[in-house]
Amino acid sequence: MINKKVNTVEEALEGIENGMTLMLGGFGLCGIPENSIAELVKKEIVDLSCISNNAGVDNFGLGLLLQKKQIKKMISSYVGENAEFERQMLSGELEVELTPQGTLAEKCRAAQAGIPAFFTPAGYGTEVAQGKEVREFNGKMHLMELAYKADFAIVKAWKGDEAGNLIFKGTARNFNGCMAGAATITIAEVEELLPAGALDPNQIHIPGIMVQRIFKGEKFEKRIEQRTTRKRN
Amino acid sequence: MALDKNQIAKRIAKEVKEGYFVNLGIGIPTLVANFVPNDISVEFQSENGVLGMGPFPYEGEEDADIINAGKQTITTLPGASFFDSAFSFGMIRAQKVDLTILGAMEVSENGDIANWKIPGKMVKGMGGAMDLVASAENIIVAMMHVNKAGESKILKKCTLPLTGVGCVKKVVTELAVLEVTPNGFRLVERAPGVSVEEIIKATAATLIVDCEIPEMAID
Repeated sequence: MINKKVNTVEEALEGIENGMTLMLGGFGLCGIPENSIAELVKKEIVDLSCISNNAGVDNFGLGLLLQKKQIKKMISSYVGENAEFERQMLSGELEVELTPQGTLAEKCRAAQAGIPAFFTPAGYGTEVAQGKEVREFNGKMHLMELAYKADFAIVKAWKGDEAGNLIFKGTARNFNGCMAGAATITIAEVEELLPAGALDPNQIHIPGIMVQRIFKGEKFEKRIEQRTTRKRN
Repeated sequence: MALDKNQIAKRIAKEVKEGYFVNLGIGIPTLVANFVPNDISVEFQSENGVLGMGPFPYEGEEDADIINAGKQTITTLPGASFFDSAFSFGMIRAQKVDLTILGAMEVSENGDIANWKIPGKMVKGMGGAMDLVASAENIIVAMMHVNKAGESKILKKCTLPLTGVGCVKKVVTELAVLEVTPNGFRLVERAPGVSVEEIIKATAATLIVDCEIPEMAID
């Protein structure tokens, strides 16, 4: 067993420098690497390019990095629910690359799977197609999209072991599942970190080879963006 | 009488057939799930990574790790599954999902749709809409026929940045059900008590009226 365990978030994030490109898992606030984001704020790393489906909310998730103006460029599919984000984007302080969600996911997966580029119909005939190669397959038009290149991928999982194997819970898998292994170095923060052998190999979602560092997050607030319930009769 | 949002959802629910996998967008489309008859088997997909979505949880049973694409807390039904985002859009691109229902700001008579951006005013992003409309075989748009200023949103040509081209098959509004044909919009049904003339007046696109137009059945 090759041990990927590190003891602290400080140790896990070692080597992240100003100007780097990061992938961050999560959909909305679901499954975001909260502990790592808090540490990035603390480390005051700036000029970051962040590949993340969303940009958090004003006072949580990547919104915390936006507030401190640590992000130079966001690559996302949906950035609503964040007033500070909108302000920085409209004032030109923040560069934004809006990408269809499935394309964003596949650009991560392609990097994870060693595929340099792929074709997708998403965005054909729209402003997303600008400057992209167009090809027809089976009578349908497709755009060529390139795999992402990132320095670090930071993902969040439910359970992990010292070998770096990961298991996600519910829809918190989202982009975490396609970003793990998609960057030069992948850091996983987990709710529960177990010894190798404690997880059933049949149940592993991401094998440890995709993860270079794994640590147990100190606390998970798991904020809910849209608490929706129904009444009991 | 023009339909309210729930009635639009009720009408669209009639398009959901036995054995369908269905993706519902945010807004009116989400309401469609409430009106699908209990005696047919359907599964709802949410593109953030779940198939077999159930109703909202009871108070106190919310789980931050189980949400839909609108970031609302949800539950799952027996037979449900979770998967990552790339896999989710894989099943959308590969047309495993039978029906996609989404909202729009504008649609045009050749089936173009615009629903993600108002330049200079609103830039929230396209989310999964571009992937959904580019791949889905069967797309129904749930929208209002006219905007707050009374201007038609059913156009000859969209004025806003497009989400997808030539993809919409059917549009259900507070006034009518329209079908997109190679010759433009064809009026299929009208809301109870709404006249064909009123619908023509509210439609900026060419409207084909080639038969007696029945009223929508809204129970």
